[in-house]
Amino acid sequence: MSEAAIALNRFGLGARADESPPADPRNWLTAQLAAYQANPAPIAAAPTSAKVAADLAAYQAAQRQIRQMPAPTPALAPPPPPIVPPAAPPVPQRDARQQARDTAQRAAQQDYINLVGARTAVAIATPTPFAERLVWFWSNHFAVSADKLELTGLSGTLEMEAIRPHVMGRFADMLFAVERHPAMLLYLDQAVSVGPDSPVGAKAAARGQRRIGLNENLAREIMELHTLGVRTGYTQADVTEFARAMTGWTVGVIGGGPAARFVADRPPGSFAFVPDIHQPGARTILGKTYPPGEEDQARAALADFAVHPATARHVATKLARHFAGDAPPPAMVARLETAFRRSNGDLPTVYRALIASPEAWRPAPAKFKTPSEWTVSTYRALSLADVKPQAVQGLLNQLGQPLWKPGQPIGYDDTAPSWAGPDAVMRRVEAAERFAARSGATIDARALAPRLFPDAVSPATTQALARAESPGQALALLLVSPEMMRR
Amino acid sequence: MDRRSFLAAGGLGLLGSFAPRMAFARAATPKRFVFIIQRGAADGLGTIGATGDPAFVGARGDLAADLTAGTKLDAMFALHPAMANAAALYGKGQALFAHAIASPYRDRSHFDGQNVLETGGTGAYQLKDGWMNRLLGVVPTDDAKAIAIAATVPMALRGRREVASYAPSSLPDASDDLLARVTQLYQGDAQLHGLWNEAMQTRQLTGDLTRDNGRNAAATGALAARLLAPANGARIATIETGGWDTHAGQRGRLATQLKGLDAMLGALQTGLGPVWDDTLVLVATEFGRTVAINGTGGTDHGTGTAAMLFGGAVRGGRVLADWPGLASASLYEARDLKPTTPLDAFIGGAVADHFAVEPPRAMAALFPASAKTAAIEGLLRV
Repeated sequence: MSEAAIALNRFGLGARADESPPADPRNWLTAQLAAYQANPAPIAAAPTSAKVAADLAAYQAAQRQIRQMPAPTPALAPPPPPIVPPAAPPVPQRDARQQARDTAQRAAQQDYINLVGARTAVAIATPTPFAERLVWFWSNHFAVSADKLELTGLSGTLEMEAIRPHVMGRFADMLFAVERHPAMLLYLDQAVSVGPDSPVGAKAAARGQRRIGLNENLAREIMELHTLGVRTGYTQADVTEFARAMTGWTVGVIGGGPAARFVADRPPGSFAFVPDIHQPGARTILGKTYPPGEEDQARAALADFAVHPATARHVATKLARHFAGDAPPPAMVARLETAFRRSNGDLPTVYRALIASPEAWRPAPAKFKTPSEWTVSTYRALSLADVKPQAVQGLLNQLGQPLWKPGQPIGYDDTAPSWAGPDAVMRRVEAAERFAARSGATIDARALAPRLFPDAVSPATTQALARAESPGQALALLLVSPEMMRR
Repeated sequence: MDRRSFLAAGGLGLLGSFAPRMAFARAATPKRFVFIIQRGAADGLGTIGATGDPAFVGARGDLAADLTAGTKLDAMFALHPAMANAAALYGKGQALFAHAIASPYRDRSHFDGQNVLETGGTGAYQLKDGWMNRLLGVVPTDDAKAIAIAATVPMALRGRREVASYAPSSLPDASDDLLARVTQLYQGDAQLHGLWNEAMQTRQLTGDLTRDNGRNAAATGALAARLLAPANGARIATIETGGWDTHAGQRGRLATQLKGLDAMLGALQTGLGPVWDDTLVLVATEFGRTVAINGTGGTDHGTGTAAMLFGGAVRGGRVLADWPGLASASLYEARDLKPTTPLDAFIGGAVADHFAVEPPRAMAALFPASAKTAAIEGLLRV
């Protein structure tokens, strides 16, 4: 690959046919760090967590109301039989609850689709594709998954509200924004975690309510996935202590659990601290003692995690893997790690070290594209402007990487074995044929290829395009060419 | 929702469907011979159930239900109810089923098993040409030309004898052309080359008979009949069918597969009209499936299975089986239906009778590696 092709494809999101290749690839990338826009028009118009949370709050209120409604003519009705025969009419109360749930699901799904559309529109049109790729990287690093109703609409807002504003800032600020975002607090069950010795926890214990207590989920994933990295020296005691420090962090109105009555008057979806569920006292985490500080106790621990050497190494390793290959080159990891540590996690400093790393400029393709990368680079190659969010979502589902739905807090894997499968390649070929059929004869793939991959089109691809029996077939072949499958 | 319908919902439109593929050969004889290959290891016990075996229902659970409701063939066996045309032919004495049958192949790889099924060898890749092609050397050969439908000629028909190709417009071949070009494009790419080969092999296994509620399969049967029926038409044909690899949710899938196969048979018979009396149809698969159901309502790769003969001259209305039984002690490697009848001998005997060739000569030509196997005689009325 030429340096221009590497800048466009490995660092960027694929070339657009209507753009000239960068004359100075390194400067082109560096300039994007300043030119990046956190809130371009499609993002500004997308649903916010406040909007999604307000819908959820209305749904939850409706459910409570329905539950409190008296059952139909309870005094006269005989007790329900133990097994309802299939022919029995649905109980009206249950019916109403299901209807409310369906409505909420439709609303959340619409929010999700709108967010998918916004993210895709920006990725296709952006003049700073390297910066957008970094947004994707961090969004997957801090993964939430739209697997339950509460997360369907909220999942995409984490990227818009907690990642985008900080992608050119300090890692500590991004971390802080992410861990206090309602999507993360709900996804990893922080909203319902209760300090055992907090006023609420103590009362529950006295009443024998065993289901109220500490939930370590978010605390563990922060240490394992978001900051220090797995097996970097912390113990179970550290996790538990950090989880205790985190208690009290919850979400306005929609969080549920024992904190609910304390946050009923907050804006739905806003971060809320509830002292009544916070575990009192000092905490010792990774050998450091954090004095009682309620809400700020976890903040102080997070600030330390954010600049911890293990975090620097973890982040450096993931970035090197993302840009230089599935087996991250040790020298490059060390360089990024140093940049991270010396700057206390100033992300543009780390990105500049990344651009300066010769390992990221090796001519052989470094990565097999993920389905998201392949899809967006295809849209960009075709210079498609009017993209239907529903179609994008359908295609990403079909290709095996639905947006913000990795199904696990570790996010989508960033190595070839997860994506380079026989069926996956076949699906891309099938999709390429559909794209080509729609573009028809309007695109000459032979002319497009060198624009997408300047000085980097192989003889085999050139020959395949030249020999194709139609312009459409040539385009389909270009979209699945080895050049297009990797970056 | 499968990925095809999802694409449609996503506004990208339907992908082209892949019809079963056919290949033809022509020979100077009034006799017609059609080999329907079931790719993916069709479940013989799910097609023809041993409902009279005391272990059958216990071993097969839910999968047994369809068979116990099927057409009773004799005291031991019942035919899956989806095969109505086959049942009618059985009633007329024009369908013969063989059970606990297998090729000489004893492992459980689809591709190796299909290679043995089609080449007529005793091991995979031992022979370089197909037994259908060699068959052209023992039937009257005046003007013996072979013809293949779709991009590739199946192994069964490949060999010295020339094979022409014919792609009817009703089959979507544009996609096949793209797939062939992708194959070429990936030729020199270490990673994509391997992935693509695997993808193409899988695709051959999963092309299915079920699309469009069997109409696709019926159309293929009708097309084959049109090419076989004329006096100067093709004499020998293979039809490849996929979708038999039922590891999960077998009950519904096998039912729709069998419905498609049955529709294909029906269309073939109808389209051939009076020529049906001169026609022999063989249905066979590379190996069978496990006797027991697995954890996902399906069955895994096994050994013994069933094969079928249809046609006007078949001495049918019976099931040919040296039944080994389904008690666990009777199974092959404690999991599969034990094969007791050689598929080679079954095919060799049927083909010898059909084309009036000496059985040993037919066996030597078709299955040269199974030298000592004697053809099973008396399968056809001659």
